[in-house]
Amino acid sequence: MSSNGTPLIQARDLVKRFGDFVAVDAIDFDLQRGEAFGFLGPNGAGKTSTMRMIGCVSPVTDGSLTIFGLDPAREGVKIRGRLGVVPQQDTLDMELTVRENIVIYGRYFGLGRKELGKRADELLDFVELTERANDKVEPLSGGMKRRLTIARSLVNEPEVLLLDEPTTGLDPQARHVVWDRLYRLKRQGVTLLLTTHYMDEAEQLCDRLVVMDRGKIVAEGSPRGLIEQYSTREVVELRFEDGNRPDDLGYWTEGIVDRVEALPDRVLLYAHDGDAASHQLHERGLTPESVLVRRSSLEDVFLHLTGRSLIE
Amino acid sequence: MSSLALSWRPLEFFLTQYKRIWRGSAITTAVTPVVYLLALGVGLGVFVDRSTDLPNGISYLEFVAPGLMAATAMQIASFESSWPVLSAIKWDRQYHAMLASPLRVRDVMLGHQAFFAFRLVTMAVIYFVVIVAFGAVESPLGVLAIPVTVLVGISFSAPIAAWAAHTQTEASFVAIFRFLILPMFLFSGTFFPISTLPAPLEVIAWFTPLWHGVTLCRDLTLGDISVAHDLMHLCYLLVVVAVGLAAAQMTYVRRLLV
Repeated sequence: MSSNGTPLIQARDLVKRFGDFVAVDAIDFDLQRGEAFGFLGPNGAGKTSTMRMIGCVSPVTDGSLTIFGLDPAREGVKIRGRLGVVPQQDTLDMELTVRENIVIYGRYFGLGRKELGKRADELLDFVELTERANDKVEPLSGGMKRRLTIARSLVNEPEVLLLDEPTTGLDPQARHVVWDRLYRLKRQGVTLLLTTHYMDEAEQLCDRLVVMDRGKIVAEGSPRGLIEQYSTREVVELRFEDGNRPDDLGYWTEGIVDRVEALPDRVLLYAHDGDAASHQLHERGLTPESVLVRRSSLEDVFLHLTGRSLIE
Repeated sequence: MSSLALSWRPLEFFLTQYKRIWRGSAITTAVTPVVYLLALGVGLGVFVDRSTDLPNGISYLEFVAPGLMAATAMQIASFESSWPVLSAIKWDRQYHAMLASPLRVRDVMLGHQAFFAFRLVTMAVIYFVVIVAFGAVESPLGVLAIPVTVLVGISFSAPIAAWAAHTQTEASFVAIFRFLILPMFLFSGTFFPISTLPAPLEVIAWFTPLWHGVTLCRDLTLGDISVAHDLMHLCYLLVVVAVGLAAAQMTYVRRLLV
């Protein structure tokens, strides 16, 4: 993460209300040039509302928000010219070709056709859609459409790329292709601001992230830092057969693990050394149906902070 | 940059999209007036001319042709500004793509109206050529019926786009067509003078933009100008357009900037 002075985006006590509903509840954050910053949270946490305010298509209810030091209420035109937006729902035109979608979109930014022709070729190459350049968008797969949306959002060479749930709805393979492209952008120095409810996405892409829940920021840090702060190194996942789960888990695990989290389908035990912990439990005579030892993830951080899973 | 210059950018999108269907659209635009004029102007006209004397000794063809031109503009504009506007918000979401760029709501709204105007200009020019070919234009002033026809169209596309940006579902569009557009098509002086309507209906007809448009187009193609009346018709259309655009700006902002 390189921080050189003034943040590109700065929010202080930022609030978004829809009638009585508070979607974003007085959040503070800074986005520095060159970093990949994420909003992690479940659906309804206020991530998209925040993104729309940054994209200058949703008026700020209260608090302050500056983007490139500018006020979105008055300088929306200037700000949007310097942003790239990958919305949650694709806004591609199904009837136009892949290439036309990029060129027309670039025209919205006032770019010349000749220049756009060149950029469209480069961008299609970057997202590996060159072969589909003259096909209509409609029959493309979900992953291809997503890649096209990303290519399109780069047409104005944005200083910040806003990605609202970039891989939601994609199959695992398509997600990895998208992640790979975003990772390359990051290496090229493009500042990324993304929302996600996938902890692995946040871990893969973000240098720094905030965890959002019900409109509030409940934690902030690097993925590793958050895990270290709010979770143990490893987690033991226990599953029991129906009716066999002991009621007094606290008694069984006393002195072996740091914390116990009982979910409807499984029990999570937080420990520095998962193998050692599960061994000790076995010695005490606890016999779950299955035992899985894994490294702690952001999911565990979220669970610890909110008492709920990310994807419900 | 001024709004009009920025509106060119969304217009370019709609034109690119239109390029895919322009052939079919152009053929329909050219065939429609021929069919209508043959059926009503020539076919029905024989009976009308036999039984009635229209004012100034004009033929029914001359009477009905400019009216049909204005009424067709109403239909095209109403259709283009209903489903496609809601779609650009809700289904295809093209407006949202535009608003991720430096374009403002105003540019997007005016850009779409500019596309309707483009459709109306091509339609009006083709219609006018057909009417001339049928020998139904009496005066060189008739060529001014082309811009008037475009204005008639916008007097529908502006308020209907305002409504389309407000409504949540397409359900009301069918009602608009059935209970507003169709009655206007039939009873706003296109096929017979509204003076033959029962008095209350005649009063209602005065308030329809189509009646003003039909009357103005007819006065122009017949060269039968009454400056005071025709200026009034023109002003009425301009007011409807202005109010419609202001309403559209309001509903677009409310819908798109939430």
